[in-house]
Amino acid sequence: MNTKQPDTILEFNNVSKHFGGVKAVRNCSFYVKKGQITGLIGPNGAGKTTAFNLITGLLKTNSGNIIFMNEDITDKPTHYIANKGLARTFQKVRLFDNLTIEENLLLAKHHPGENFFKSFFFTRKPSKSLLKKVKQVVNLVGLTKPLSTLTSELSYGQKRLVELARALMMDYKLLMLDEPTAGVNPFIRKRLKVLLRKLRSQGKTILLIEHDMDFVMSLSDEVIVLDAGKKLMADKPGKVRKNKKVLEAYLGK
Amino acid sequence: MIEAYLIHILILICIYIVLAVSLDLTVGFAGMLNMGHVAFFGIGAYTSALLTLGGTPFLPALIAGAIMAGIAGFVLSLPTTKLKGDYLAVATLGFAFIIESVLKNWVSLTRGPLGLPGIPRPEFFGITVSSQLGYLIFSAVVMAICVFLIVRVEKSPFGRMLEATRDDEVAASTLGKDVYKTKAIALTVSAFFAGIAGSLYAHYISFIDPTTFSLLEVILLFSIIIVGGLGSSKGAIVGAIILLILPEPLRFLGFPSSIVGPARQILYALILLLILYFRPKGIFGRVELGES
Repeated sequence: MNTKQPDTILEFNNVSKHFGGVKAVRNCSFYVKKGQITGLIGPNGAGKTTAFNLITGLLKTNSGNIIFMNEDITDKPTHYIANKGLARTFQKVRLFDNLTIEENLLLAKHHPGENFFKSFFFTRKPSKSLLKKVKQVVNLVGLTKPLSTLTSELSYGQKRLVELARALMMDYKLLMLDEPTAGVNPFIRKRLKVLLRKLRSQGKTILLIEHDMDFVMSLSDEVIVLDAGKKLMADKPGKVRKNKKVLEAYLGK
Repeated sequence: MIEAYLIHILILICIYIVLAVSLDLTVGFAGMLNMGHVAFFGIGAYTSALLTLGGTPFLPALIAGAIMAGIAGFVLSLPTTKLKGDYLAVATLGFAFIIESVLKNWVSLTRGPLGLPGIPRPEFFGITVSSQLGYLIFSAVVMAICVFLIVRVEKSPFGRMLEATRDDEVAASTLGKDVYKTKAIALTVSAFFAGIAGSLYAHYISFIDPTTFSLLEVILLFSIIIVGGLGSSKGAIVGAIILLILPEPLRFLGFPSSIVGPARQILYALILLLILYFRPKGIFGRVELGES
């Protein structure tokens, strides 16, 4: 299980990352298969978020390589990797707080007026088709606030939804979610589950960090367990649940 | 006499509006604590002055001043776009020190502390702008064009990208935006317009020396955009008007000039403190300094 296959979209090959003396990721390898939901779990400090930051280019690796859609993206600039089709959300929500919900979402699409020399000829007003897409995504995640609301005025749960909606606006090939259920109420959590299943049925690939075991086990096609910067195991959720090593990693011997 | 005095204040207001609106592009929109603006002002002024003194016509000299300042802005952006917050402030402040020092010490070019006297008034298409009123009209037109262009950029999708970079650089880059390039462009454009303001200033006062572009100017410029409100060109304009008019009554109170100068600085500091205490977002502002 969890080796390189023809339908692998993301390869994390023998990657290491240390911060001074702390080895956050140690010679770790895992593979994400196209068209399925892969869960990434592990106790606190296992290196899950560090792995996300390495994949998205926010951190530079010390060794190993990362292949996304058959291209080596190791240590490439973050915006380059994003433009290749990698969308992500963050453990702690990151929004553009002085902008509206609509503008936050529009930023996920590239606009010709973002080129400085062409900027004189464009206003920020979105085209009809783009606005339609914004409304569609907002409905999809179940956000009910008016689009003109500044995101700084939203509650934490709603901010999470805006961040997710913003990621969904991108033309992504792989969606990476870092603890999407943290801090959101059970109703939204349920909704989120339905949404992720729907995305999978549309052929989207999702990599998910999650601490809510019921959530991740019921959704994932495959679960990768990290512990102390290494892959402990990777298998179907049912097998991971029963694995002794996994229980030890979470609860101690 | 009174009329000439009023026109003088209005011309300075026009020049400072260009400076403030262009500074706000970096500080208010891109979220870069750019303390080096006065250096671009100086580069524009010296380039334009030296060229016209050497016989170059006014308009090419003005444009050359803006381009030189823009190039300086681009060069400054190379080592500094990866710096954030206070670190960027210190680096750009250091740049302002360097430019001031070059202006003081490159005597063979700039005449050093002696300054450059006799800078000619603008002359183009056969018109010489020699009267005070003429210069006011000229600088108002240039100011209007500059403000129009900068506001146009700010209200464009590029401006939105600047704001995204200001609010959260990491998030912007994960959406596929090249934040370093964006910030480099912001600094270059901001410097370009400061260069235009420098040229306007030099050809108006007709004498410049390095003290005109000292760090005290940085404090005035920051007071203007903070009082007016960051991220708002309307704020930068109103801030420039308020801060240039407010200290003027000091002249008429009969204090000796040795007191009027420092009193001005005290007044700026006082206004800045009051606004930061009671209205940290300024009059029209939407964002707070160093919020993110």
